[in-house]
Amino acid sequence: MSSSIQGARSRSEKNSLRAPSPRIGEKIVISLLFLASAISVGVTIAIVISLFAPLPGFFDYVSPWEFLTGTLWAPSFLDSSFGVLPLVAGTLQVVFYALLIGVPLGLGAAIYLSEYASTRVRKTIKPILEVLEGLPTVATGLFAVFWFKPLIQELTPWLEWTSPFSIGVAGITVGIIIIPLIASVSDDAMRSVPVALREGAYALGASKMRVAVKVVLPAAISGIVASFVLGASRAIGETMVVLLVAGGGSPQLKIGFTEPAGAMTAFIASRATGEIATGTIDYYSIFAVGSLLFVMTLTMNMIAIFFVSKFREVYD
Amino acid sequence: MEQAAKNEVFSLKDMSVHYGSSLAVDSVNLPIYENEITALIGPSGCGKSTVLRSLNRMNDLIPSAKVGGEVLYHGQDMYGSDVDPVQVRKVIGMVFQKPNPFPKSIYDNIAFGPQTLGMKGNMDEIVEGALKQAALWDDVKDRLKDNAFGMSGGQQQRLCIARAIAVKPDVILMDEPCSALDPISTFKIEDLMMELKKDYTIVIVTHNMQQAARVADRTAFFTVDTSRGEGSRVGTLVEHDETTKIFSNPSDERTLDYVTGKFG
Ligand SMILES: Nc1ncnc2c1ncn2[C@@H]1O[C@H](COP(=O)(O)OP(=O)(O)OP(=O)(O)O)[C@@H](O)[C@H]1O
Ligand SMILES: [Mg+2]
Repeated sequence: MSSSIQGARSRSEKNSLRAPSPRIGEKIVISLLFLASAISVGVTIAIVISLFAPLPGFFDYVSPWEFLTGTLWAPSFLDSSFGVLPLVAGTLQVVFYALLIGVPLGLGAAIYLSEYASTRVRKTIKPILEVLEGLPTVATGLFAVFWFKPLIQELTPWLEWTSPFSIGVAGITVGIIIIPLIASVSDDAMRSVPVALREGAYALGASKMRVAVKVVLPAAISGIVASFVLGASRAIGETMVVLLVAGGGSPQLKIGFTEPAGAMTAFIASRATGEIATGTIDYYSIFAVGSLLFVMTLTMNMIAIFFVSKFREVYD
Repeated sequence: MEQAAKNEVFSLKDMSVHYGSSLAVDSVNLPIYENEITALIGPSGCGKSTVLRSLNRMNDLIPSAKVGGEVLYHGQDMYGSDVDPVQVRKVIGMVFQKPNPFPKSIYDNIAFGPQTLGMKGNMDEIVEGALKQAALWDDVKDRLKDNAFGMSGGQQQRLCIARAIAVKPDVILMDEPCSALDPISTFKIEDLMMELKKDYTIVIVTHNMQQAARVADRTAFFTVDTSRGEGSRVGTLVEHDETTKIFSNPSDERTLDYVTGKFG
């Protein structure tokens, strides 16, 4: 602290609006903070550039049209084919089954946590959810392969379980993985609905269920939708579980619960080993799929951000 | 006396409220009569809201709140084990300090209550009737589908009153309904209350002495009792009587100090 705080200060000192010291420490800290954010932005830009840079090389071999609409993904065949739809279909099926499980269970958990659970119960469950969110998906994948898939297989004998792999089980497993995410984001959205709104509804003789469904849910809808989009985005990006449970996939476009299927992430992870030679079509194809994945995830996240910002505005 | 013939809607008998282990209000004995406006006044923290919220079991929403003694509603123990708080709130409505319309259309705000109760009849007529009773119909009849958040504060508060009377309750509880409003909106709501007391029993919490004097038939004065030892602040009812008596010739000196502005 500058000494002028203590003791009598002269008139001219009091009238001066200039800072008593140049505050060098503060400037250094600000520069460091700026550097930190610049690095993260810079690295992100570098990743995006390195992802997109090899694209022209890829499109020398394969036309964008063929890539985006082709239904055979066979990069290593002699007569190779680069239609990405089988991979996209695999990814979308994972997203579909994941949301089928994750949305109702995640939302149900959120409604319970925010509207019904006592403070003590919530204080116990919320940290558990957060731990589950951070569980390595390899572990979940192993659980799915050795316990979950046999269980589902047993419960659904009418399905044709011909392959050791199943895109449906992979999707459901991803759904279980995203339950905590959806629950926790939706719970936050619902709990940020002002108590006054709930009281207004209770004062009209509304039951708990009615308050939750007719007042809190609609008021929190943008945050809730954002949680679904985040869940979907997480499902698109999930690699390990798909690789373990759905297998590498077949080159054909296949849709069905018990089919093996590749997904975009799983393809990249299984292909992008150190041995791959740069400049080969194999090499390029990884980046083509990666770029498409990036665009899909970015779109999803932008949708989520849009919804989150909308729900922030509602009560301002 | 004329009030001997009046029906007691609520009778509070030795009523107390705890929040957790701390006693917020103690030994309240208070009758509330039918088709009257009863005002609860007193300094901040003396438990007016707490008492008011115990009249429609709104305190149930606060897990730590515990009501002791007796709250009788038409002679029935409101905290009896067979009483459903949801049922209680269907007949005892509430208007809050800050207008709290739902983020829905004006129409849907009014329709919410009747739909909750499964009320029979034409919803358009129910909505129109409630808005007319709340003197809001002319302001909003051309924009019923607009979001309620687009209304002024005074209009929002009248909407909340309309929402409360749409379900045709027996009692309306109001917790400082005008404290966020300008004088003109305040007078409108006071007029409305005078109109409503023909059909309803009204209990209002207010910090505005003139308001209590203007609208209330009876007034109950609460204060904070700090004499019960270290750090304890317990709300108590000092006295209740006809409003004119409370404001001109109260029996307790603390009431006189308060209503004449020497305290609080
Ligand atoms: N939810 C709560 N949890 C714990 N204590 C509470 C709660 N609500 C109120 N209290 C306490 O109960 C006492 C009475 O509060 P209350 O809100 O009823 O006073 P009030 O007379 O309405 O005051 P004001 O005029 O400021 O609104 C206060 O000491 C307050 O701190
Ligand atoms: Mg209060």
